[in-house]
Amino acid sequence: MAEKVMVKGNEAMGEAAVRSGCRLYFGYPITPQSEFTEYMARRLPEVNGTFLQSESEVSAVNMIYGAAATGTRVMTSTSSPGFSLMQEGVSYIAGAELPCVFVNVVRGGPGLGDIQPAQSDYFQATKGGGHGDYHMIVLAPGTIQESVDLIKKGFDLADKYRNPVMILTDGMLGQMMEPVEFPEFVEPDDLPTHSDWALKNAEGENARIVRAFNIDPVELEELNIAYQKKYRKITENEIIYKEYFMDDAEYMFVGYGTMGRILISVIKEAREQGIKIGLFRPISLWPFPYKELKKASEGKKAIIDIEMSEGQMIEDVKLAIEDSSRIHFYGRSGGIIPEPNEILDVMNKIIGGDNNV
Amino acid sequence: MSKTILFKRPDALTDRELTYCPGCHHGIVHRIVAEVIDELGIRDETVNIAPVGCSVFANDFFDTHGIGAAHGRAPAVATGVKRARPDSIVFTYQGDGDLAAIGTAEIVHAANRGERITTIFINNAIYGMTGGQMAPTSLLGMKTTTSPYGRDARREGYPLHVSELLKETAGIAYLERVAVSSPQEVIKAKKAIKKAFLAQINDIGFGMVEVLSTCPTNWGLDPVESISYLNDKLKKEYPLGLFVDKVGDMK
Repeated sequence: MAEKVMVKGNEAMGEAAVRSGCRLYFGYPITPQSEFTEYMARRLPEVNGTFLQSESEVSAVNMIYGAAATGTRVMTSTSSPGFSLMQEGVSYIAGAELPCVFVNVVRGGPGLGDIQPAQSDYFQATKGGGHGDYHMIVLAPGTIQESVDLIKKGFDLADKYRNPVMILTDGMLGQMMEPVEFPEFVEPDDLPTHSDWALKNAEGENARIVRAFNIDPVELEELNIAYQKKYRKITENEIIYKEYFMDDAEYMFVGYGTMGRILISVIKEAREQGIKIGLFRPISLWPFPYKELKKASEGKKAIIDIEMSEGQMIEDVKLAIEDSSRIHFYGRSGGIIPEPNEILDVMNKIIGGDNNV
Repeated sequence: MSKTILFKRPDALTDRELTYCPGCHHGIVHRIVAEVIDELGIRDETVNIAPVGCSVFANDFFDTHGIGAAHGRAPAVATGVKRARPDSIVFTYQGDGDLAAIGTAEIVHAANRGERITTIFINNAIYGMTGGQMAPTSLLGMKTTTSPYGRDARREGYPLHVSELLKETAGIAYLERVAVSSPQEVIKAKKAIKKAFLAQINDIGFGMVEVLSTCPTNWGLDPVESISYLNDKLKKEYPLGLFVDKVGDMK
C-alpha cells in the first residue's frame, strides 16, 4: 500500500488523472480550480503528456471533442462560469458518444457570482445543461481521497459507456488539504484502444465519421433511443451512494459532496443530544439513487435535505420519496457554507414540528 | 482490349452525390483538395473536420476519417485531434460564416499557435445553408436577407479581411487567397492547397488557403453571372495573392 501524503484537492485530482493514464489536458484558468490547470501544465510533460492552455473554455471543450474522437484519454477542469461555456461541446460529445472527464470545482453563481464554494450547478450537471436529450455521468466526492478515487472511476466509466463524465466538486474540496493515498499508475498502453470506433490511422480501411449530426429525423430518433438504452444500463449498474448512522435512525439528512461531510459532524453532535438521525449521501448524482433513497427513507419521521444552493437536488429527493409531507429543505447560497450549529438549529425546529424552516 | 483511364474521381472523394447547388464552387474545391490528398498519399492518416454551413456534409464526401464540428469550432477540434495524434494530417473546411463570424477566436488562436493543421476557407461573402444572410465578409451595399437594404458600414461594419488579419500571426506557415473561376485559377488554387498541407506535413506551421467562391442561389444570379460578380466585385474587395509562404519550393 502506498503511503498517505498531504495534498490540496485540485492537485490531488490532477495527479489522480495522470495515474489513471490521462496524458492530455486542455483547459483555461479559472478560480477556484486554477491549481489544477497549473499542476497539469508542469506534471504532464514529465510523463510525455500534452498540456495546452486554450483561448477559452469554448475552445477547450472542442479540443477535448477532437482528442476524444481519437480514443485517447482526455480531460479538463473548470469552475461554474467556465463549464457554462463548455455546454455546447458537451452536447456534441454526448451525441458523438465520446469518453472524457470534466471536473467542475463549483463556485457561487449566477453570472460571475463569486469564488466561494457552492452546489448551485446541480441542475446544470444532472439535467443536461446543453441542448438535446443527453446525460453526463455525474459523480460528487465528499473528501479528497474520494475525489482521487472518483477520477479513476470516472475515466473507467467514460470508456466503458463512451460517455462524458463529470466530477462535480466545489471550491472547498478543491482548495483544502487532506491526507491522500494515490492509486497505482495505469500506463496509457494498457488502456482500452477503442479500435472499433476511434479515429486512428485508417490503414486502407473504410473511413469513419465522428459527429452528433443526422439530418434524417427517423434516424436521429433511433440514435436517441439508443442513447436512452445506454442511459438505462448506466442507471441499472452505476448508482453510488453511502449511508451513515442509519441502523437506528428515526430521522434522516440527505446531502452530497462537501455538505455530506459537514452533516456527519452535525449528526455526531445530534446523537450526543439523543437525537437518532442518519445521513444518505448520493455520490452518483446522475444516475440518481432514487430507489435506494426511497428505501432508506422508509419509516423516517423527517427527511431533511441540506444543500449549498437554494434547492436543486431537493427536486430529485422529492421524486424519490414522493411523500413530500416528511421532506424538508434548508440551503445557503452565494458561496456561504451552512455551519453545523446552524443546521442543528434547523434540525431541532423541524423535529419540534416547526414548519417555517 | 486495354482501357486507359484519362479522368476519374479522386480516391479521397466518396461516390456520394454532392449536395451543392449548380454553379457553386464547393464541388471544385472538394475535388482539388481530394486530388492533393491522393498526390501526397496521406488518405489513411487524414482527418477532415467539417463545419456547420453548406459543407456540413463534407464528412460524407471526403473518403478520409472525419469529425463534424460545432459552428466555428473546427480549428479547436482539429487541434484536439492533432495534439492527441501528432502523426495525423488534419484539415478543416470552413465557410465565411463559420470561420469569419462565430469562429474568429478559434481560427486566430490556432493560426497563432502555429497549429500543425490546414484550413480551407471558402469565402462567398454570404451565409448559404441558412438562406442568404449577411456574413462579416459581405460587401458594402450587398443585399442579403438580413441586410435587405444593402450592407451599410455605419450599421453593420465593413467586410472582414480574414487573411490580411491572420498574415500578421507568427504561427502561419502558408497563407494565400485564390479563386477557382477559370482553369488557370484552379491549377493555382491546387498548388496553394498542396503547400498549405505541406506546411503541416513538414512541421513548419499553420496553413490556410482562402478560396473566393460563388453562391449563385443566394446571390440571385445564374452560374455565369456569378463568376462575373466574383471577378468584378469580390476580387476588388478581396484581392488574390500570396500572403505568407514559409514552405518554399515543393519537391
